[in-house]
Amino acid sequence: MQDNLQSTSYKELEQKSKYTNIFLRWFLYFILILFASYFIFPLYVMVVTSLKTMEEIRQGTLLTWPSSLNFDSWLVAWGGRGYGAGDTFLRPYFWNSIKMVVPAVFFSTFIGAMTGYVLTKWRFKGDQWVFLFLLFGCFIPFQAILLPMARTLGSLGISNSVVGLVLVHTVYGIPFTTLFFRNYYISVPTELVKAARIDGAGFFKIFFKILLPISAPIIVVTVIWQFTQIWNDFLFGSTFSFGEAAPIQVALNNMVLSSTSVKEYNVDMASAIIAGIPTLIVYVLAGKYFIRGLTSGAVKG
Amino acid sequence: MKTLKIEELSKNFGTTEVLRKINLEIDEGNFLVLLGPSGCGKSTLLNIIAGLETINKGNVFIDDYNVSKVEPKDRNIAMVFQSYALYPSMNVKENMIFGLKQAKTSKEKIAEQLEKVSSFLQVDKLLERKPSQLSGGQRQRVAIGRALVREPRIFLFDEPLSNLDAKLRVEMRREIKKLHQQLKTTVVYVTHDQTEAMSLGTKIAIMNHGVIQQNETPENIYNKPSNTFVADFIGSPSMNLIKGKLIKNSNNISFIADDSTLEVPINNYDFKENSDLNNKEIYFGIRPEHIYFKKLNEDDFDINLRADLSEYIGHEQIVTLDYSNQEILAKFPSTIKIELEKEMKLYFDLDHISLFDLKTKERI
Repeated sequence: MQDNLQSTSYKELEQKSKYTNIFLRWFLYFILILFASYFIFPLYVMVVTSLKTMEEIRQGTLLTWPSSLNFDSWLVAWGGRGYGAGDTFLRPYFWNSIKMVVPAVFFSTFIGAMTGYVLTKWRFKGDQWVFLFLLFGCFIPFQAILLPMARTLGSLGISNSVVGLVLVHTVYGIPFTTLFFRNYYISVPTELVKAARIDGAGFFKIFFKILLPISAPIIVVTVIWQFTQIWNDFLFGSTFSFGEAAPIQVALNNMVLSSTSVKEYNVDMASAIIAGIPTLIVYVLAGKYFIRGLTSGAVKG
Repeated sequence: MKTLKIEELSKNFGTTEVLRKINLEIDEGNFLVLLGPSGCGKSTLLNIIAGLETINKGNVFIDDYNVSKVEPKDRNIAMVFQSYALYPSMNVKENMIFGLKQAKTSKEKIAEQLEKVSSFLQVDKLLERKPSQLSGGQRQRVAIGRALVREPRIFLFDEPLSNLDAKLRVEMRREIKKLHQQLKTTVVYVTHDQTEAMSLGTKIAIMNHGVIQQNETPENIYNKPSNTFVADFIGSPSMNLIKGKLIKNSNNISFIADDSTLEVPINNYDFKENSDLNNKEIYFGIRPEHIYFKKLNEDDFDINLRADLSEYIGHEQIVTLDYSNQEILAKFPSTIKIELEKEMKLYFDLDHISLFDLKTKERI
């Protein structure tokens, strides 16, 4: 009798929790889709607008689908209209940015790796302080160093040049890259270094042959981080360069703000997308390593 | 010629003294175990022998050559680490020959050494694998192989078995012993495990607080511990230390425990020094396994003790006894039936006792 009672009520409970689960699941999906569309909405507007003609933009709403795929505004954004003075377009500045971002990412990552290696595997007196001061660099507002930096670049003779920007970004990247690599290398057993020393490997050999080959996850994290930071930087770019030496973010700003005639929203949107594409590519190519590198760290082996 | 000699060695980390006036010598082919609790400085000492740590005072000699300021790679040593420290990005073969390559050894010689060692250690089937694809025991073997290919004068082992599970540990222990028997190389081995130390070492140096407490054969360490630390550290359960004093008259010498009137005759004990023994306050040390439940030797001393507790651990049992209000332990076969809270007749094996000065804790 009692057994019977028990079993029916369990069945009811099971049913009930099943319905609750289904409801919660759908509720979760609803919330997620809501947030996702909120995030994707601006991108949608950008892409759609960049494909419309000015005519369509004036007549339709923000959300209307373009009548045909029209890449004219993209071509204008990239290569200009072909007349002389006053025609700003992104192509030369895009290459400026590439020329700036590649060496800056390379050097800051490399130096960060080296510093992290020294701070964890070749401990010296006061290394904690060195690390602390380096960390300071992560928290200094960049506006605070604009003037001294401008003077430094000036006296080095590399103001208003891509080289100057490479230097600035390398220097201000080092605190972050060092932090990344230090935290990664601290979980690598120091016994590896000891073993390599007994095997006869020196400072650089240990770094290049033992540590660097197992650093792929953290290198990816650092490269993505640095690439995004440097590519998207506007402050340093606009302060330390102008005219032909400007990086793409500065050029984008100039282009959008200095249009003399009508506001060409389609060209503006296309330009903004072009300026954002490289970071997207980096994320797509290395994104899964990014998550892996952020969450891992320990070397199992 | 001593294969390894350490002379008056001291080491500080800042203001903390890690090693104090260490003197050690090893003959060719010996297996020296550095044994001690964690933080006793044994690993630091090993790192100093390897050249991975600097020295504050004293010298290290390998084959009578002062290597105190010589780089690790030029000391003719090889080391096996607790975490094995196999290079994760290299396969087994590359791991094993990394050292030889650094030393610019000829290709033929490298191939020959690799072939010899890998078949000897039975890792020749694993040469292409990465360390992460190996089991604990295999990694251990590869780590030993990496040390072997260099044919060093001295092998250094830094707790090589403590990352393995209990069963594998016993197996690998035997393999290391076999290896040493076959190769007859000189070994310095750090561990905190007394069983490992006892079974492997030809000599054991017991360390505590950066000082070597005793450096002798395993038998002497077990039978004649030089102070209460060694007596307490070696053996499981450790030696019973009963507080009391010595009574000496014309010909006889005996021990009386505190709060007791029972005289235990110890005429056969081999005192280091015979003077000043009367009324001396001492620890009377007897191992649990040297308390018997039936008379085994002619001069075993019979004594009545109350059993308070019995712990069954399979092949034997550990019985807690009351010796005039001092707790002592004895080890009996588990087949013996012990009646608790009752006095039972037991026998002290007086050939296996150790006496220590109560104040200095040193053996007398």
